[in-house]
Amino acid sequence: MATTADMEQPEKVWGGGNKPFAISYGKIMMWFFIISDALSFSGFLTAYGFMRYANQLSWPVAEDVFTHFPFLTGDHPLLYVALMTFILIMSSVTMVLAVHHGHQNEKNKVILWMALTVVGGLIFLGSQAWEWSHFISGDKGAVEINQPGTVSARAANGEMKDIRLGNNVIMHVITSGGDKLSLSQVVDGENGHESNHGLEFSSEEVISAFKHNSDLELMMPGKEKLVIPHAAAANLLDTKALAVQGANMTRNEYGKKQFANFFFFITGFHGFHVFSGVVLNFIVFYNVFLGTYAKRGHYEMVEKVGLYWHFVDLVWVFVFTFFYLV
Amino acid sequence: MANNSTSTLWKTFFFLLALTIVEVILGIVKPSPLMGAPLGTSWLNILFILLTLVKAYYIVSVFMHLGGEKKGFQYAIYLPALILIPYLTFILLVEGGYTFDEAPSIY
Repeated sequence: MATTADMEQPEKVWGGGNKPFAISYGKIMMWFFIISDALSFSGFLTAYGFMRYANQLSWPVAEDVFTHFPFLTGDHPLLYVALMTFILIMSSVTMVLAVHHGHQNEKNKVILWMALTVVGGLIFLGSQAWEWSHFISGDKGAVEINQPGTVSARAANGEMKDIRLGNNVIMHVITSGGDKLSLSQVVDGENGHESNHGLEFSSEEVISAFKHNSDLELMMPGKEKLVIPHAAAANLLDTKALAVQGANMTRNEYGKKQFANFFFFITGFHGFHVFSGVVLNFIVFYNVFLGTYAKRGHYEMVEKVGLYWHFVDLVWVFVFTFFYLV
Repeated sequence: MANNSTSTLWKTFFFLLALTIVEVILGIVKPSPLMGAPLGTSWLNILFILLTLVKAYYIVSVFMHLGGEKKGFQYAIYLPALILIPYLTFILLVEGGYTFDEAPSIY
């Protein structure tokens, strides 16, 4: 019959087994998951941007916050996160090499590169744990002002301008020369340490030490670096002020509360993705090792976890820019 | 499916690494000609965002092999991200600039 040829075509399309865009079902679904996950992350990062634009004066500058590098003393802004970026991009390359050798059905090479990818992921997670622990334990400490009202602050060019304060305003103690002091240096003077690690100071001793040293002033954490002169600052410290050390979900010594909340949430959510990726990579690595994919005849599973793993790297590239650089 | 040779992959890696190193150096040095603020943020920040987009393009196109897929599929992935994300960012950042302006205490 003349219609047979016409009938066959729809049956092939609707009968299943065909590949839209010539990609397998599993890979298309991984891509669609990645798109939805990318939109989630962009929601978090733009929410971060929104909060930052709404709280310019009290939003910490990242390079004043993330200044440590293992085994080195002093300030090294950006270096550590740059190292973490390097580790993640490196593990992206080992992943893509595993995919590449999967296409050639070279089992032993896939095993090698998958193993290195897992190791890279673990190193990244360890670095993140180190960074979180430093962030949580804090460095120099700060004071929190709870005295809503208008106060006069000095801008970098020496001009005075009025700013309106609310509750829970974090400020850092500086000398009149502009050097940021740790709470330890505020309380113990010359004998103090540059960083508070391990030492705790009560609000009373910090506030009374501040009041007795007229060389001390308070500075807002934002990039404008507004300074409150000693007399006005001592006034602000009169009621309900607190010494703040380290960071948690309620308050942090770096600045606006939401900064730490976003830090924990976004890097934590990304870290959880990395953790999931390491688990998935390990399962696939183990299956390659067992010969599951060699028996199946193709290494598409390596490609699928590869897509996820590169996406995790991609998100980190954006987190790196918007949390640490901009 | 485009099968990139290993040398392309390593070249891409070193390119991404070089971009990251450039970003870190710029972030530490903060060259003063780039510190002007034309569009609500400095030239340096705009440069950082552009470099990030370049890196993102290479990761997606080379590492994730999207460059080797059919055009229709590439659009299905690129377009939602390229339309929705800048749209959301624009709205929220503009709105963020006004938020708390009228509140009794802003800082």
